[in-house]
Order: sequence, then C-alpha cells, then structure tokens
Amino acid sequence: MGLLAKAPEGRVAALLDAEISRPAFTWLRAPEIGSTMVRARAGATGAPFNLGEMTITRCALTLETGEVGHSYIQGRSKADAEVAALVDALMQTAMASRLREAVLAPLETGMATMKAARAAKAAATKVDFFTMTRGED
Amino acid sequence: MYVAVKGGERAIENAHAWLAEERRGNTDVAELSIAQIREQLSLAVNRVMAEGSLYDPDLAALAIKQARGDMIEAIFLIRAYRTTLPRFGASEPVDTGIMACDRRISATFKDLPGGQVLGPTFDYTHRLLDFKLAADGDVPKAPSRDAETGTVPHVTEFLNREGLIEEAPHNDTPPPDLTREPLEMPADRALRLQALTRADEGFTLGLAYSTQRGYGRNHAFVGELRIGSVPVEMDIPELGFAVEIGEVTLTECETVNQFTGSKTEPPQFTRGYGLVFGQTERKAISMALVDRALRWEELGEDNVGAPAQDAEFVLYHADNIQATGFLEHIKLPHYVDFQSELELVRKLRREAGAQQVQEAAE
Repeated sequence: MGLLAKAPEGRVAALLDAEISRPAFTWLRAPEIGSTMVRARAGATGAPFNLGEMTITRCALTLETGEVGHSYIQGRSKADAEVAALVDALMQTAMASRLREAVLAPLETGMATMKAARAAKAAATKVDFFTMTRGED
Repeated sequence: MYVAVKGGERAIENAHAWLAEERRGNTDVAELSIAQIREQLSLAVNRVMAEGSLYDPDLAALAIKQARGDMIEAIFLIRAYRTTLPRFGASEPVDTGIMACDRRISATFKDLPGGQVLGPTFDYTHRLLDFKLAADGDVPKAPSRDAETGTVPHVTEFLNREGLIEEAPHNDTPPPDLTREPLEMPADRALRLQALTRADEGFTLGLAYSTQRGYGRNHAFVGELRIGSVPVEMDIPELGFAVEIGEVTLTECETVNQFTGSKTEPPQFTRGYGLVFGQTERKAISMALVDRALRWEELGEDNVGAPAQDAEFVLYHADNIQATGFLEHIKLPHYVDFQSELELVRKLRREAGAQQVQEAAE
C-alpha cells in the first residue's frame, strides 16, 4: 500500500491497464478527499506535536469475487485512489504474483531509481575537508 | 439615527473582474501554469504549505497564482480550503532520523558520520544577479557521486552519549491541536511547536534575531540542519495497522544552546527545535531559536522580560492570517462606528466651548 500511495500520478493506472483489463467492482466507499494531521516529535525523539495537515484521498471497493481493497493515498487524485484500491483487492486474488511483477516491482524500481539519483546528487555536495600545509613545515 | 444601507454589488463585481484581468497581466506574455509555479517557484510553494499548514504542492501553487504572488493571501486561501477537508486521522509521528537527506549540515562538528552535505543551497553563492536566467537556456546537469546507503544519525545523539546535552525522552502523550481547540495559555511545548511551525516567517525571524541581539540571549549553535523527505504512516482503522500513505519534505533544525545550569539542572547544553514543511531553512532555524527562548520556565532560567520569552505575546501574534484578518478589517466600512465617534467629539467640543464662554463671562 505504501508503494501505491507514493506512486507518481497516473503511474499505477498505466501499469495496471497495460497488464489486465480492470475487473468489475462495487464501491464500499467512493473516493473521498480529506486530510490527515501529520505529527512529529519535539527534538525528533520527544513528545509528539501536530506539524500540519496533508491532503489524502481514500476509498474502498469490493470485487465481484468478494475481495475488499482499500486505499489511502497522498494528494487529491480520485482516479489514483480507485486504481490503488483495485490493486489492493486484486493482490488478494490468484493474480497477486502477476501484479507484483507487472505493477509493484516497476513502481519499486522507479522509486528506488529516483531516490538513488537524488542521493547521488546530494553525495556530490558533500564536503571533503583537507588540511592546508602548516606554516611550521 | 441608524440608517441601514446596501449597495456596491456592481462595483464589487467590476472590481473582481478587473482583478482577474490584472492578475493575468499583459496577454502578450505567456500565462503561468500551476506546474511552472510548483517546479520553478518551489520555495514560495513551500512557504505557503508551511504557513497554510497543509502539505499539497499543487494547491499551494494554485493559491500563489490566484493571489498574484501575495504570499499571505495565498496562505489565507490554503487555510480556508483546509477547513473544508474532512480529517481522516492523524499520522504516526514522523521519524526524521530516517530522512532521505538532500542537505545535512552541522555548525558544531566538522567531521561527523554522514558528513556535511550542502545540498541545493544559496549559501556560498555571491548574491550577484545572474542575467543568464533572464534568457532561456538549459541548465547543466548537476554532478552526482556514489552515495552511502543507510540513515544519517542525528548530531545530538553524539552529545547525548557524553550526557552533555539534555535528552528529549520518548513520550506518547496525545498532543493538543490548535486547529480544534482555541490556543490558550499556558501553552505546553507541543502546542507552542504547532503554533510556531505555521507562524509567519518574518515574525519568527524577527523574534529569533532579537534573541541573538540580546533580548533573551541563549547562545544558539546550529547543531544540525537537515532537509529531505520522510515517509508518513497512518493507522488505517479498516486494516488495524499503520501503512505508508505518502511522503513529505521537511526541514529540521536542532540548536545546541549554552546553558550554565539552574536550580534544577546541571550545566549542559540545551536544545531548541524547528521542524517545518518543505525546504524552509530560515524558518526552521528561527523556529528553533524561538522555541528555545520560550523554554525558559521549564529550564529554570530567569525571565528577563524579552519579547521572545513571552509565550502569550509570541503565540498570539505569530499567525499571519489572524493578524492580517484583524488588521485589514479596519479598511472595511465602519461608517456607523465612526459616526458615533464623530458625534462624541462634536459633543465634547460643544461642552468645552460652552464652558469657556461661561468662564470668560465670570
């Protein structure tokens, strides 16, 4: 669910639709935009405090075969919430390993690549200290 | 006599139509897209998210466009939108110890695990206008280098090992929420931190600067400043466990402050904490300094009467939406109020005049 929540907009839909045609489902809860209060800790490790809210979209659906899918994803894309819940439900069916390979694995690789690229740029800005020649030498 | 009047509808409509036209500016110039604002004015977007207290870069970019770049107006739009959203819950406290750092520096230790990582900073630039930016052009790709994997430890952990710095012991008290209950004094640290993280950047900066100049001086060093993304986890009631629901970029500043000890505490370093949405380091450093100044009472320090030590003064004046709302309302019609004042002054003058005539006659 974490991967689905953080995927770039439209990415999960593109991957899923390239692999299968979407099964029918009924809404348990139609996509709804709301917020969650993000908390943090004073001094990083101490008592919690409220940092501010972030937008999230959630929904729940059930497949004709009875599996229930939930999604809570960052942002305000109802289409992304729908497809995330659909994948969540399908991952409980026989299609799980196929979707893990066709949807989740590419999402994971894509995100790891993006993270690595950022980390590599940060690493290039790391200061290498060196000692200047001392006067007495 | 009070006479109710109405009017101005047409004037207001026309004013708003002209506002829309002025917002667009000269139509020979290409219109700004939300994506352009989000990508190219990202620090403005970050400020609007931080002070609007809602993490959503697209909405913040839209607010900046709608507000014609007026930051406080944009923050106002975000605050207003925020109130329309149903709240689905609260996240687990984010763990800044596992932050994927774009930037991480310490002013107190040169050599520290993880190193000094400058990130995309304005520091060490010459602050000369770059006329190349006035022309279109491609930007050369930023160099990269093999990155160490693993998390970057917090600097305060090193000092903690020697017991030279006060600890921030783990605690799970549910925090008060000023968006749900009015801010009341005395405000505990959790409430103060919530108010400060969404406080006006300029006001917070000014107060922080005042502590450096001597109004409640607390000798702050930037123990650590880090900027990067952290995952946000929330407990999902339907599932019964916490899952990642997204990721936010945060700026965290921990100050290390000189402290000679008090009646209750031994000499040690104390800490101030700043944590703000987005890449917002001026605000995060300011927040840490003000947080530390406001902690005088719990650390057993003297109240020297400095503005930054006065929680009521700081917290009740730090919110730019409250401030601008009250300040700007005085430009709206106060015809009746003013009429009564006018009557009063006329009456006083008449009485004073009558008295003078009487005195002269005597």
